[in-house]
Amino acid sequence: MRKRQICKRLLQIVIVLVGISFLSFLLIYLAPGDPVRAMFAISGSIPSEEIMADIRENLGLNRPFPAQYGSWLLNCLKGDFGVSYTSGQPVTQMLAARVAPTIQLTLLSLAIMMVMSIPLGVLSALYQNRPVDYIVRGATFFSISMPNFWVGLLLLYFVALKLGWLPVVSTGMGLRKMLLPAITLGFAMAGKYARQVRAAVLEELNQDYVSGARARGLTESVILWRHVIPNAMLPLITLLGLSLGSLLGGTAVVEVIFSYPALGSLAISAITSMDYPVIQGFVLWISLIYMIVNLAVDISYNLLDPRLRKGA
Amino acid sequence: MARNKKLFLFYAALALGIVAAAVFAPFIATHNPQQAVLTDAGQSPSAEHWFGTDRMGRDLFSRVIYGARTSLASTLALVVCIFTVGTGLGVVSGYAGGLADEVIMRISDMMVSFPGMALAIAMAGIMGPSITNAVIAITMVSWTKYARLARSLVLKIKHEDYVLAARISGCRTRHILWRYMFPSVLPTLVITAATDMGGMMLELAAFSFLGLGAQSTSIEWGYMLNQGRAFMQSAPWLMIFPGLAIFVTVVVFNLLGDSLRDILDPRDAHNAGQLLPIKQEVVEA
Repeated sequence: MRKRQICKRLLQIVIVLVGISFLSFLLIYLAPGDPVRAMFAISGSIPSEEIMADIRENLGLNRPFPAQYGSWLLNCLKGDFGVSYTSGQPVTQMLAARVAPTIQLTLLSLAIMMVMSIPLGVLSALYQNRPVDYIVRGATFFSISMPNFWVGLLLLYFVALKLGWLPVVSTGMGLRKMLLPAITLGFAMAGKYARQVRAAVLEELNQDYVSGARARGLTESVILWRHVIPNAMLPLITLLGLSLGSLLGGTAVVEVIFSYPALGSLAISAITSMDYPVIQGFVLWISLIYMIVNLAVDISYNLLDPRLRKGA
Repeated sequence: MARNKKLFLFYAALALGIVAAAVFAPFIATHNPQQAVLTDAGQSPSAEHWFGTDRMGRDLFSRVIYGARTSLASTLALVVCIFTVGTGLGVVSGYAGGLADEVIMRISDMMVSFPGMALAIAMAGIMGPSITNAVIAITMVSWTKYARLARSLVLKIKHEDYVLAARISGCRTRHILWRYMFPSVLPTLVITAATDMGGMMLELAAFSFLGLGAQSTSIEWGYMLNQGRAFMQSAPWLMIFPGLAIFVTVVVFNLLGDSLRDILDPRDAHNAGQLLPIKQEVVEA
């Protein structure tokens, strides 16, 4: 990708971010609840109306909308998303504390997904319309139709509670504690990916270069490993980028089930306690991450695909 | 083709069975789903209570049957909302072009460039937890797929001779939209909506599971799982049966959607379910 294209994309990211910041601010501005009341509801004692009015004044909640939005946006640009209503910590700090567990869970679940889906997809394409293919396609159907929270609950029940192989609560770090949440996420994604791999491999197998390679007398396994699979994997990179981006935004359902401390569960607890600054920070963070990952994917796509490099 | 149609009829019968279970819930349910009999609390499945009872002594089988009402109705409402908003905006955007097109498409670009479900969760949370708000939130982040599809279909036929003829003969824009544009985009979009039913049901159930959708007053599968989670060790049936209900329903609707597409859209038949999915389908909230 040329520099100009990258600059254009970066500019787009900035525009979208401003749009999203406006949207998330507007939503919270229009939200029915009273954040000051929510702040005190946590501690249990609700002070008099005058004190609450004072606090509102201090927080700048009485100022007109554009002024509130403007000052908030300025602070965001400095990396200051405000202070959480419930914990009193800076939002930036709270988000940052969740980044490492989120990245770890994301990478592990993507790895599990690939281990499950790529071999199955390739097998199913090679044995198209034979028993193996039907079994794999049936399995992908399960993966797509099962609610991932149900998969998580079942895994929790059978693997952690009944068999006792893995810990029930995933609060700490470490591979053993991440394994169940990662398997849940990986399983949910594997069905879609296996279908994509199957389709991509089938498409490559029908290309002329495969017939050419066969005519040259190459063995089937060389054709498969050297030619078909590398080509079939290329389109998957885009998908992988999308999954990576959304996983980095947190995976609320699975985190809640396994009490895993990543971004999704932070967002859910912020939502239930009407902790607006945290919600805003969260929305902006995932938008930023998602777009940057997608840009990175597009750039890497250009590097990996010689056809595009030549055109640029 | 004949096999396709037979399969479709079979899946349609299954789906009708689920709908019938929802409609005739009072005749199928063995107990009153809301009646708490505290002396029967937490019983495991038995001849009297087929799926056991919850911690308030309510019969789980009856609750699962009644739950089909909430799940089916809210999923249908969600798909109709997304379909209407997306198709409407897409057709207008494609036909009108110019500023309207620019605005609608830029908004849709914005919606696609970040994970929708995370924003939907935030919106549903801010608006307050309820099924209606969950439907609104998911609609707001999911309409873009339909809008893009409708727009591209409209652009394809916009300059056809018969549309031009209609314009020259003095048809009003509204008439052209209703008479020519909507009918031509409908088949493709209906197929898309049919294949989306299962996925949408999963998303709504996930919202309820997180406590952002259905509340304790309604009987809903996702919310039942949410409630049953705490009693996993002592009463595993509370999470097994509602989950099974969601799973079975989603499987049936997914099969139905796929077979409908195979019948109506033979071009896609050879690579059913393999087209690159639209972004939102790939991500998992």
